[in-house]
Amino acid sequence: MIEVDGLTKAYGKHLAVDGVTFRVEPGTVTGFLGPNGAGKSTTMRMMVGLTPPTAGGSTILGVPYSKIPNPGTHVGVLLDASAQHAGRSGREVLHLGAMLMSLEERRVDEMLELVGLSDVEAKRRVGNYSLGMRQRLGIAHALLGDPQVLVLDEPANGLDPAGIRWMRGLLRGFAERGGTVLLSSHLLHEIEMIADELVVIGRGKIVAQGSKDELVSASGTLVRSIDLETLAVALKQAELSFTRTATNSLIVQSTGEQIGRAAAGAGVVLTELRPAEGAGLEEMFLQLTADDARDEVPS
Amino acid sequence: MSALTASPAPIDFSQTSQVKMSRLFRVELRKVTDTRAGLWLLVAIVGLTLLADVIFLFAAKSSELTYENFAAVTATPQGFILPILGILLVTSEWSQRTGLVTFTLEPSRGRVVIAKFLAVVAIGLAAVAIALALGALFNVIGAGVAGGAGDWDLGFAGARDFTLLQLIGIIQGLAFGMLFMNSAVAIVLFFVIPTAWSILFGLVGFLEDAAPWLDLGTAQQPLFDASHSLSATEWSQLLVTSLIWIVAPLVAGVIRLLRAELKSA
Repeated sequence: MIEVDGLTKAYGKHLAVDGVTFRVEPGTVTGFLGPNGAGKSTTMRMMVGLTPPTAGGSTILGVPYSKIPNPGTHVGVLLDASAQHAGRSGREVLHLGAMLMSLEERRVDEMLELVGLSDVEAKRRVGNYSLGMRQRLGIAHALLGDPQVLVLDEPANGLDPAGIRWMRGLLRGFAERGGTVLLSSHLLHEIEMIADELVVIGRGKIVAQGSKDELVSASGTLVRSIDLETLAVALKQAELSFTRTATNSLIVQSTGEQIGRAAAGAGVVLTELRPAEGAGLEEMFLQLTADDARDEVPS
Repeated sequence: MSALTASPAPIDFSQTSQVKMSRLFRVELRKVTDTRAGLWLLVAIVGLTLLADVIFLFAAKSSELTYENFAAVTATPQGFILPILGILLVTSEWSQRTGLVTFTLEPSRGRVVIAKFLAVVAIGLAAVAIALALGALFNVIGAGVAGGAGDWDLGFAGARDFTLLQLIGIIQGLAFGMLFMNSAVAIVLFFVIPTAWSILFGLVGFLEDAAPWLDLGTAQQPLFDASHSLSATEWSQLLVTSLIWIVAPLVAGVIRLLRAELKSA
């Protein structure tokens, strides 16, 4: 169980994380979704005590992380797969962890096998690893102490599609045994594949949370028109609530019939009218990304 | 844990004990030796100690080939490398970003600092032991092969001064590492500051009298002296300069490390 309550981090006047509140229940895989720079990593670092919060707090398994004795045996953490000494071998990285957590050396071999790092690969220095191998090593390190909770920052980054499927199976199995999983990603499709609960963050604030099915289905009707402005006025007059998307369409919280009538009354030509389905979540996510203006949004 | 439990029993932390200090210490000690850089520095310490003794064996007059001198000639080469080990033990947590793991597995940073401190002291003592052992070996060789004097006179004071010198060096390295959190900056400043400081004292006349009170190198001179009998004033000077150059950076470094934010990529 993870509880995050009003976590806030200010750097000068800039609020990197702004009152973030959410819960992650045991038995679920929760995806922490947001564009780059949205505050995911800062939130996760605050959760494990590496970054002091400006306000708010969080608990894992009912207590603040820093109060957990031998925390590696309760909470598996992977914050940055590349944050390993380049001159150390993969096996040595796990050995140091096992030594500190007071685990048997057998655990190191088990974890190497679980993540599919061969003996030869484990003896190579981490500096020579690909990003995918580092991620596997990081997952092995997080699972080393047989924890009840996993906190993973962008663990699927650098994995190939087969690797992502493998991780889905691994994390789902972990959750089915009663474990709690929080993993972050900046890729919607990646998180849709792995997670069953979603927490969406944009510019430091939580913008949506709930089960993936809920967020994907509850999104109204998508409508496009050659004259979007006139349509918007017509919808307002009909008292239908809607949001504008980044891709020149409107998501309306009403049925296609209601929208059709409003459009017909105003004499506006519709070019598309359909249930939004996953489009709502995707549009919201694109909007978040577009606002940060880091990448061109494909239209 | 049974499969498919919706709400597992609350976690009972009383069964898990805190990470023991002895464990933290052993992990920190291992971290010095398990990277290529660390291993080569250790090899260099032993190698340079050996080299210093070999050179001294051939270069010195036979009357100078004593245990005390064989031990003393290793102080300078060791004094160059030991502080670098101390610096890297801390700065690598930032430069290699391993701190993300270190301080997640042991959230009490103070305990990690203590473990690192104990680890560098242990390494310093081991280096001194190696120097004394090799010194003894070469004293025997010197007496047997080169007709050396072979005096065994080192005494408690000599061993004490030698140990003190190396420990001060490696602890100062640790302090600089924590203070600057950057390998290159810490190493450069460690070697440049004392030299710059000495030049300053040499140039500015009225500072010369104050040098033993402000310059660590000057205050440490009596430790190299064969008599090994520091006066009360000399002890005070060593104490004051150590406060300025070791304790102050150490305290500032610990404060910085305890407060620092660890960032991921």
